[in-house]
Amino acid sequence: MTPNLTTDEIKSLILRILGEIAPEADLASIKPDISFRDQLDIDSVDFLNFAIALHEELRVEIPEADYPKLATLNGCIEYLTAQRQTSQR
Amino acid sequence: MAEFRMPTLGADMSAGTLVAWLKKPGDSVKRGDIIAEVETDKAAIEVEIFTSGVIEKLLVQPGEKVPVGTVLAIIREEGKAVEPGRLRISPSAKQLAAELGVDPASVRGTGPDGAISRADIEAVARRARDKGLETIGEEPVRPLAPSPAPLAPAAETAAKRQARMRQAIAAAMARSKREIPHYYLSTTIDMGRAMAWLSEKNRKRPIQSRLLYGVLLIKAVAVALREVPELNAVWKGNQAVQSQAIHVGVAISLRQGGLVAPALHDTDRQSLDQLMTNFLDLVKRARAGSLRSSELSDPTITVTSLGEQGVETVFGVIYPPQVALVGFGKMMDRPWVAEGKIVPRPIMTATLSADHRVSDGHRGGLFLAAVDRLLQDPSQL
Repeated sequence: MTPNLTTDEIKSLILRILGEIAPEADLASIKPDISFRDQLDIDSVDFLNFAIALHEELRVEIPEADYPKLATLNGCIEYLTAQRQTSQR
Repeated sequence: MAEFRMPTLGADMSAGTLVAWLKKPGDSVKRGDIIAEVETDKAAIEVEIFTSGVIEKLLVQPGEKVPVGTVLAIIREEGKAVEPGRLRISPSAKQLAAELGVDPASVRGTGPDGAISRADIEAVARRARDKGLETIGEEPVRPLAPSPAPLAPAAETAAKRQARMRQAIAAAMARSKREIPHYYLSTTIDMGRAMAWLSEKNRKRPIQSRLLYGVLLIKAVAVALREVPELNAVWKGNQAVQSQAIHVGVAISLRQGGLVAPALHDTDRQSLDQLMTNFLDLVKRARAGSLRSSELSDPTITVTSLGEQGVETVFGVIYPPQVALVGFGKMMDRPWVAEGKIVPRPIMTATLSADHRVSDGHRGGLFLAAVDRLLQDPSQL
């Protein structure tokens, strides 16, 4: 498990991973409550790579059924924060 | 001696620029080795060699753009003896070479066993004249007057690259619509069983080993082709040539715009896990510009999916010289009649675009029915 991360740190991590997957994306203009797929040119392969990277960086389990919770930036932050807290208990 | 030529990597390629040699004269190579990097209008490609031996001579220099089929290098095949300093050239051709200032050692002979003829010497001298070359021969090539150096691929703007790719796609698609009498057949597939099977499979797996449903579609197409093999073919000359191997080309959109459709070799023989691994690798390399030449030259059919873009039905344009393309649309929950009841089911449209010179609707219909049937029992894939 990586050390405790603040919300801002988790957000930065998400944006960094997104930037690696979709280098052409303007990450500064991402709207936090709009689906990534509606804002970025990403497909199912990109999304899978995104989920794998989050899992590997944060050491959290991400069941396939939870993928929809990763659809937006705010959704991602909320989900990952909760999953990390669950894992730490 | 064997010749290593600029490969044709699809109907939209007429020429390529040699970016770099990865081997030098004297290096040993074996079949499958990547020995050069080539830039086409669509992508940077790693070019494999299909002969084992030793690099004898490199005939084209990095930066040169040459037509498809141009000999790039000469390979001394395995087991063939070296003939140091020995050129197969007639006295008459030798004399002509001296008169015209052509270095015979740099000429590729077209006669028996590579013998250099007068015609070969004249051809080289003529090409040199046309280009205004200082050194007459097939290598090295040095212009008399400086001419603009070819732009290094990296120096090209993204816009220019995109424009070139658009032109390449335009040429291939225009040719397809001009030459191929397309027909289209469509069917709707209940993906309920496939998705339930996949979900159960993925539930037990670590995230790195999960499968995407796209891989089921690719495998279903490949296996269905065994039942309707005339769709797994290329049009050569004036007839269709069926391929024994099934190499499904998968359409991959590129970040800078445009698309490529490289092959997953022997698609029908790969397990779903192998296909998933190879598919992810293919997408990664397509977007990084490191596809291999055989991946672009070998597809025997293309699969494209635009479902993620919200498209319900895809009426694809066949990629010559292939004779068929399968398009998948968006999976959507729709009312569906099952066992006399209306139930919501995830429904997807599959469309076959096929060449009417090669197959007819009856066979195309059987193919789509086979794809549907296979997706109802994905454990068999």
